[in-house]
Amino acid sequence: MAFIPHTETDVREMLQAIGVDSIDQLFDEIPQALRVDGLKGVPEAVGEMEITRIMHQRAARDGEPLTFIGAGAYEHHIPAAVWEIATRGEFYSAYTPYQAEASQGTLQLIYEFQTMMASLTGLDVSNASMYDGASALGEAALMAVRANRKSRSGKILMPRTLHPLYRKVARAVAGNQGLEFIEVDYDHANGTLDLKALEAYADEDVTALVIPQPNFLGRFEDVDALTDWAHARDAQVIAVVNPTSLALIKPPGEWGEKGADIACGEGQPLGIPMSSGGPFFGFMTCRQSWVRQMPGRIVGRTTDMDGRTGYTLTLQAREQHIRRSKATSNICTNQGLMVTGATIYMSLLGAEGLAGVATACMNNTARMVEVMSSVDGVEVAFAGGQFHEAVLKLDCPVAPVLERLAAEDIAGGLDLSAEYPELGNALLVCATETKSGDDIVRFGKAMADAVAAVAGGKR
Amino acid sequence: MTEKLIFESSREGRRATAQAPLRQRVDLPDHLRRNTPPLLPQVSELQTVRHFTRLSQMNFSIDTHVYPLGSCTMKYNPRGCNTLAMLPGFLARHPLSHESMGQGFLQTMYELQDMLKEVTGMKGVSLTPMAGAQGEFAGVAMIKAYHDARGDSARNEILVPDAAHGTNPATAVMCGCKVVEIPTDDQGDVDLEELRKAVGPQTAGIMLTNPSTLGVFERHIEEVRGIVHDAGGLLYYDGANLNAILGKVRPGDMGFDVIHMNLHKTFSTPHGGGGPGSGAVGVGERLLPYMPIPVVGKDGDTYRWLDEKDIPGTIGRLSAFMGNAGVLLRAYIYMRMLGRDGMSRVSEYATLNANYVMVRLRDAGFDLAFPRRRASHEFIISLKRQARELGVTAMDFAKSLLDYGFHAPTTYFPLLVPECLLIEPTETEAKEDLDGFVEAMVAILAESAHDPEKVKGAPYTTPVRRLDDVKAARQLDLVYNPASADA
Repeated sequence: MAFIPHTETDVREMLQAIGVDSIDQLFDEIPQALRVDGLKGVPEAVGEMEITRIMHQRAARDGEPLTFIGAGAYEHHIPAAVWEIATRGEFYSAYTPYQAEASQGTLQLIYEFQTMMASLTGLDVSNASMYDGASALGEAALMAVRANRKSRSGKILMPRTLHPLYRKVARAVAGNQGLEFIEVDYDHANGTLDLKALEAYADEDVTALVIPQPNFLGRFEDVDALTDWAHARDAQVIAVVNPTSLALIKPPGEWGEKGADIACGEGQPLGIPMSSGGPFFGFMTCRQSWVRQMPGRIVGRTTDMDGRTGYTLTLQAREQHIRRSKATSNICTNQGLMVTGATIYMSLLGAEGLAGVATACMNNTARMVEVMSSVDGVEVAFAGGQFHEAVLKLDCPVAPVLERLAAEDIAGGLDLSAEYPELGNALLVCATETKSGDDIVRFGKAMADAVAAVAGGKR
Repeated sequence: MTEKLIFESSREGRRATAQAPLRQRVDLPDHLRRNTPPLLPQVSELQTVRHFTRLSQMNFSIDTHVYPLGSCTMKYNPRGCNTLAMLPGFLARHPLSHESMGQGFLQTMYELQDMLKEVTGMKGVSLTPMAGAQGEFAGVAMIKAYHDARGDSARNEILVPDAAHGTNPATAVMCGCKVVEIPTDDQGDVDLEELRKAVGPQTAGIMLTNPSTLGVFERHIEEVRGIVHDAGGLLYYDGANLNAILGKVRPGDMGFDVIHMNLHKTFSTPHGGGGPGSGAVGVGERLLPYMPIPVVGKDGDTYRWLDEKDIPGTIGRLSAFMGNAGVLLRAYIYMRMLGRDGMSRVSEYATLNANYVMVRLRDAGFDLAFPRRRASHEFIISLKRQARELGVTAMDFAKSLLDYGFHAPTTYFPLLVPECLLIEPTETEAKEDLDGFVEAMVAILAESAHDPEKVKGAPYTTPVRRLDDVKAARQLDLVYNPASADA
């Protein structure tokens, strides 16, 4: 019996001790009318050998394409040690560290993680992680409403340069609690949020402004001016940031005069495989003054009864298992194992290694943009640089181009035409440090062929 | 055994240079640049590997210890599930890549949806919720959406039995609902009289765990269904305890309208030190139009994502992509290895193990919370008598068990039973390990009688002893600061 150790003798002895004749008798409190006789729609069991063959076939079918999509999930090199260590049974098969004495490994690791994330974002404190970057933004919006006592409106300004899926998730996660998410347009020529567009809200009670950096279109926002604009109106600033970029660019804690209040984002670039979109982890950091409004697990350092240093879950009075309906969130778990991987990743790379990754991403993307700008029928949407993503404008529909690239085993970017119709046939592309010069040249050639084929007789 | 913080091994200029490209010059204006590097350790690969290996050794885990943590289903996580979910073809797939590049993955998700429908007796399944609590959120949000779509928006009360997990009331609030607690009777069933009084035109629904967190099957489930449905409310099934009834009774057949499953419990995906979980939801006919997206659909032989266009009434997206996809792969692999007969065996042996340990502890002199009831896959003992007579609490027993090499059961939950331990052995523990747990409990009971101070001081063998939680909360130390460490 798969994964069940009982021998016939065991079962006999156990039933005898209980005082019943059969296992079935143990279910006699369930009304007979409700009982089912097995699960005919579930296939018969297969052994590890058979399931290995099935899964290998399916994984091979999906293959390992040459990927130039970013848009919230990024292909980075992951050092072998990361998942070798993170999937050790002692991490992999442990529970949430409620019994602190039996969970010091996980707890100390989270404390180290909190330190790294707080420092990376330039803020004071971090939680132990959220589900993913998008849901972390929804929770950050709820947190801003709790923290900003000067505001009563629950209005959250979200620029359209923020990831469209993040905007949708924030609404789904936080929309039931009376928050109003307002989308602010951007400068279509330049790809960044326009301060002038914000001025329409200058005299309104705004609870928080969300600032993505780099933004969804790969561009750098004028974070200092935006932060100061929000703070001048008693609105909080929620930064949505890419952790790789933070090795290089100004962290949210240093934005403007006072710095952002809350930072959140997707932790996946820190050593987590793309894996069809999950499991990833969201991170969230904030100023010390808002820590009691923060959702999720938090680990603190303390001492034991012999005076030794130890680590424990703290500020639990915010949480659902204590506060029930008055908790800051219903969140129960964090994404512990992903945090384990990310902490090992950040330790292996260090600040210098992460900066190496960030600069290689930036330069590879600049090279890709240069190659694409010389392709017939392709132009670069915005002049003046980007982090590791860029928008291309095609002179033909994007979807059939992506289909042709897919046939060449190239994941050629994300079609923006539905979410950003004002940009025309726009495509968001990304080149991380994993892309060689040859890869970029191959992508350029394939793009030229695909665009020429789709545009066809038009030119 | 303690381990220095990794930052304390850091030395200026040390790097694991094989792991990342060297810094290049980039074209970046000064006002965008970071001026001081982040506090990440400067250590070698060996130092990193050694540090985190040592940290791992300071954990209790299923792979190292019996872990009878009630309501958490700490069963063995088969290694094959991890190995196969980490095949390069699965890891390399970008979530937004063309559907033609993900047919293997999508097929697997489609089949997982189908298996979960069969297991629960529901009509539709969405795999996206990333944890049990998010599955609860999806479920209650769908109940709200259902009432709203019928112009019945006054229904804003969610009924929650007082024994429920804390996530239930917290979820109801996140969905903009009010919480009404329903008491439990002295046999652990929902108090039907109180339930009748509580329902009305304001009732959105009830959240129920069955078997309940008290470790017993809710025997009046059909009456509960009748009362809530007759009042116009819907029934939500919290799947925390699905392990107890797998293949025996299905939530859909009990009349539930929506259910979340904790795949990290019933279907053995890893707990990972606190996540990632997975809280897939199943719905009956009435809630099909509101499922969270994306869902996997099938046209002919081709699998594809269903989104807003296909499910216009959806409560929306709960994650940027597809939830915890890699966790879902692990659940699929596990379910295929169990097969249809293996599923029923899960609940049978989980229930056998729980009832065996319960009877043995009872015979050894421990008080059961519900002595006249069968255990489900878990049960509760109360140490109220020992606390009064010997001054030794449930927490003292929990800490003492660590010294005997057993992870503690769940303590002080559910809140209804004083000085309680909620014990869930799971089906993957062998009889001799269960006997070992019982013997440890008996030994601690004997110690409590002749040397209570020793028990109150436990644990003695763990890397640290009992921690000062008050100090942790009052003198907050949440990040390492090298400057204050030097001082």
